Amino acid sequence: MIAKYMGHNPTLKERKMGRRRFVGMAAVAAGVAATSDGLAAELLEMPFENGSRELVRYPQKRPLIRLTSRPPQLETPMSVFNEGLLTPNDAFFVRYHLAGSPPAQELLGDDAFTLSVAGSVERPLELKVAELKRRFELSEVVAVNQCSGNGRGLFVPRVPGGQSGNGAMGCARWRGVRLADVLKAAGVKAGAKQVLFDGMDKPPTGTIPDFVKVLEADQALDPDILLATEMNGEPLPWLNGFPLRLVVPGHYGTYWIKHLHRIIVLDEAFQGYWMDPAYRIPDDPCAHVAPGSKPRRTIPISRFNVRSFITSLTAGSVVREGEVVRVRGIAFDGGAGIREVVFSEDEGRNWRSAELSPELGRFGFREWTLGWKPAGKGARVLWARATNRLGESQPLEALWNPAGYMRNVVEPVKVMIS
Amino acid sequence: MKLSSDIRFGATSVLVAASVLAAVADDAWKLPAEKVDLKPGKGREVVIGQCSLCHSVDYLTTQPPLTKAGWTASVDKMRSKYGAPVPTNAVPLLVEYLVGQYGKADPQP
Repeated sequence: MIAKYMGHNPTLKERKMGRRRFVGMAAVAAGVAATSDGLAAELLEMPFENGSRELVRYPQKRPLIRLTSRPPQLETPMSVFNEGLLTPNDAFFVRYHLAGSPPAQELLGDDAFTLSVAGSVERPLELKVAELKRRFELSEVVAVNQCSGNGRGLFVPRVPGGQSGNGAMGCARWRGVRLADVLKAAGVKAGAKQVLFDGMDKPPTGTIPDFVKVLEADQALDPDILLATEMNGEPLPWLNGFPLRLVVPGHYGTYWIKHLHRIIVLDEAFQGYWMDPAYRIPDDPCAHVAPGSKPRRTIPISRFNVRSFITSLTAGSVVREGEVVRVRGIAFDGGAGIREVVFSEDEGRNWRSAELSPELGRFGFREWTLGWKPAGKGARVLWARATNRLGESQPLEALWNPAGYMRNVVEPVKVMIS
Repeated sequence: MKLSSDIRFGATSVLVAASVLAAVADDAWKLPAEKVDLKPGKGREVVIGQCSLCHSVDYLTTQPPLTKAGWTASVDKMRSKYGAPVPTNAVPLLVEYLVGQYGKADPQP
């Protein structure tokens, strides 16, 4: 067993010799490597140092970009976002924190799995998933889930942490019951401050803080927040939180607790590691500080900022001079909804408005398209920039913070006109 | 002496963790094998033993090249924030390997 662990992978090493062929966010398959189970894995290169990744197939998943094995962290190839506005379950990203993840099958079945609601409530609840669905009204929301550190690998200067490209995001139709209805049934006592959420994933040693998160008590009654059992019309995949997860539309994935089995209403503010010092951003309207410096004050990360991507063209795409192409992309924000997407082929000197497709909901990916007639041969850098209904937009130069959170700079795509 | 027994403890735990994963019988619930591909160098086995206790070592290989201060801070975070049972006398060797194989020189003053 240990011999296997110490296995050497010459193909990967060789790739590191002459790799600069691959740039941009086009996750280009760049070779094969023998995995420990003898199957060939596709390799690809993210556009940053130490960016070699394998495409690996996990249960209920198509081959995804593997960042880490234990616990599993898988990223969605950017090409998936050009296939449709709902990210297929088998392509949806996976992010766990603790090596005791995902929880084993026998802990998640109907017999074993129970949701408890306890703490500062009049009537503590113990509910099977089937009971939950029978007792409370079902509700749906189309919402983006995005990792706080989505795009961390692209930070300059680089910061330590999970080195994701931009594929730690996805949009799904979530179905389940409203958290607010369950809390009302339990009867939250006056004076409650926060609500704590705990999943079945556990740390490998007793010293590592269990992954739990809190929402403010009034925020927890927001009718948009779901205890979801389904994703895109199917039960949640194992690696996305089966059988029950918290869905907090517009908020970073850190709050979307998977395998949710305990809800505890608290009378006082929770002080645990995963709320402080982890997952905090500079207390500044743009969540940034001067590169390399430390924030003076921090607050918990919360809502998404505005982002947009060109999805129909990727780094190195070739288009023909004079032939109109339909450029397509996606945009989203923390729930105000997207008002406008503009496009530039000259690094921001001129901008044109894109057409927005009908909205699947204010929390979802919004599709935009635009006809573009490439003129003049050679390399061309394309920009897309979204603005939400609050007037918030995207910076043209990346903002920086030490944890590598909330990247939302305009992402340039360099194409070739032939 | 203390160091080597702690290292053995770490390596044993990797085996335990791996067999727990392998014990999931149903193929639909079986995770792909963990990947360990660390560059050769003094301290490599200690790094595998200590770091693999809590996570796969692709957590190391995918980091940007960090300076000695950067890797020291990362090891310290594992010990102080996550309570990783890395003995104090193993820290210099861990940092030396990580800076040597996955690091970069300190910036010129």
